[in-house]
Amino acid sequence: MTTLTKEAVSPDPADAGAFLSVRDLHVRFRTEDGIVKAVDGLSFDLQRGRTLGIVGESGSGKSVTNLTILGLHNPKFTTVEGEILLEGQELTTARESELEKLRGNKVAMIFQDPLTALSPYYTVGRQIAEPFMKHTGASKKAAWERTVEMLGKVGIPNPKERAKDYPHQFSGGMRQRAMIAMALVCDPDLLIADEPTTALDVTVQAQILDLLKDLQREFGTAIVFITHDLGVIADMADDIMVMYAGGAVERGTVNEVLRSPQHPYTWGLLNSMPRLNSDLDAPLAPIPGAPPSLLTPPSGCRFHPRCTFQDRVGGTRCVDERPLLGPDRDSACHLTAEQKRTIFIEEIKPRLG
Amino acid sequence: MKEDLVLPAPREAATGGAGEPLLVVEGLTKHFPVKGGFPIRRTVGAVQAVDGIDLTVNVGESFGLVGESGCGKSTTGRLITRLLEPTAGTISYRGQDISHAGRKQLAPIRSEIQMIFQDPYSSLNPRQTVGKIISGPMEINGIEPDGGRERRVRELLEIVGLNPEHYNRFPHEFSGGQRQRIGVARALALEPKLIVADEPVSALDVSIQAQVVNLLKKVQQELGIAFLFIAHDLAVVRHFSHRVAVMYLGKIIEVGDRNSIYTRPRHPYTHALLSAVPEVDLTDAGAGRRERIRLAGDVPSPIAPPSGCRFRTRCWKAQDKCATEEPPLIQISGNRAGHLTACHFPEDPTIEGRDEDIVLDPALAALEED
Repeated sequence: MTTLTKEAVSPDPADAGAFLSVRDLHVRFRTEDGIVKAVDGLSFDLQRGRTLGIVGESGSGKSVTNLTILGLHNPKFTTVEGEILLEGQELTTARESELEKLRGNKVAMIFQDPLTALSPYYTVGRQIAEPFMKHTGASKKAAWERTVEMLGKVGIPNPKERAKDYPHQFSGGMRQRAMIAMALVCDPDLLIADEPTTALDVTVQAQILDLLKDLQREFGTAIVFITHDLGVIADMADDIMVMYAGGAVERGTVNEVLRSPQHPYTWGLLNSMPRLNSDLDAPLAPIPGAPPSLLTPPSGCRFHPRCTFQDRVGGTRCVDERPLLGPDRDSACHLTAEQKRTIFIEEIKPRLG
Repeated sequence: MKEDLVLPAPREAATGGAGEPLLVVEGLTKHFPVKGGFPIRRTVGAVQAVDGIDLTVNVGESFGLVGESGCGKSTTGRLITRLLEPTAGTISYRGQDISHAGRKQLAPIRSEIQMIFQDPYSSLNPRQTVGKIISGPMEINGIEPDGGRERRVRELLEIVGLNPEHYNRFPHEFSGGQRQRIGVARALALEPKLIVADEPVSALDVSIQAQVVNLLKKVQQELGIAFLFIAHDLAVVRHFSHRVAVMYLGKIIEVGDRNSIYTRPRHPYTHALLSAVPEVDLTDAGAGRRERIRLAGDVPSPIAPPSGCRFRTRCWKAQDKCATEEPPLIQISGNRAGHLTACHFPEDPTIEGRDEDIVLDPALAALEED
């Protein structure tokens, strides 16, 4: 994201040198009620060794985007348009056999609920060893040794014995550690973590987040980290992309997005979130209304029905015209840069305390 | 609204006597039997979900109960509403012992203690209209408000920020946040004195969560209802509660007014819990660094909790004494009145960064060494 030049609105990913590059991605699902536009014109880049945090509420399209990268959607009911390039390789049109070579090898995923993501039928060790044997052609013995090594690395006590256990014999935090071991066993270049700590207790969450950060430092993996929790994002990510109703509304580095946010939705998120040091006399300032249905998304700016700053733009621009998001630090909003800056400093920041 | 929010002094409740104890719980215990064996199944152990807790909720006060999953906070809520039968201990409501009161004895009290549940999808009957759901409690208790039940329901819908014309709609027509508002309206239907709210906002999205927290806060202050607010989210609890108790493995390990707990905690677990909360740091880099404590492993099983202090297996200060002697919940010197801590070797009352982080997790420690 940071290597892109400012002038280039839709740069050629090949010379941008991005490791993962998503270009104008559209994902639609056919359902009984109509067509759900789950992802609607999303573009982003990720460099090697960096962490991109994707934050958004349920239904913002953050998980769908990443299932599409891995080709885990059901092709029968899904239309995918646009490009997903992993080191120049196009994934949206790739054959299943090619994707199979990638999954668990070059690209790995950690899911939210480790109990449903792990098979109850096989031992934890076998589930970790399997992708390693498949992708590297290692012998059973070598794979088992690697498994025990990885389990030790992620902090499972007595890994030699615990590898023979079944998932139900592990606690929640240990299961998530086993998932991390499974994801990292083939030393992937890209790790997609979809709400990996949402189901965990806060003290365990802190352990897992730190573990992911330390492992990333050691392995140099690029991470796409999906969460709804701004606190977690602040802790984990280098860059942030805020998603709303199927599209990105703001992006930038962690400091840019959290310390000088530009989009009314990001302001709303920050204002509605209670913090440990926030002012207690001021009530929380929630975003009015509820997220829109993706069957019939609002026209123009997707956020306009809930936005309190529409009148500052004037006219019907917010209703008619969809604001664009540049590839660099930018926000998809019709307010001028000057307006965004002054509104944040004068009206939003004081309330954040 | 702003002047209402001057805390912690709660507004005078309609029943008078703010600050007087409304609910007093002493030595409350709940053990769930664990059955096993063949062919005759017998009790082989007990899940010590709640093990001897004391707490007091005053009239018009909001009391927060925090802890991680399995610490017994929800069980406590269910015991107080008498959805579960306590194994031992007493629950007195307005001086009357209700710990084992029968159906008839409880009848007049049931209407005064109401509950808000976590999941707005499963706590509303999908086959009943909103009007029926909210008027249900009035029907059961035979209450006929002035102007009829329907009018009262419409009034309640308005209080919780829903359109009174939605009277005849069904729950599936509402979003999660709106459903939770219906749950709040139902809890308010009988003009309760105490509401037990068990994780009322954790199933909701952040932007919706704030709407419901504000609504509960408004209800609490304007109607002077006492709340037992059970949640795992420390920031939400801080925002809502006058006093806070921290639970760990069925025990209250620290209790005090909000400021004491959040800025001057003494128990190591409270320190660890606060330091684990991921926070958006909006101040400039480096300013007011928080301490960093990373515990090892998970909470032990409540079937066989550690002897002595239950936190000792994950505590960095644990000594022999902690294994043999259970620390009493007392006021440690230097603490404000009402701030009680159960620890033999309490921490300094600060949450600022230490010279050295406490990292107990072996994997983390190993990775961070190189």
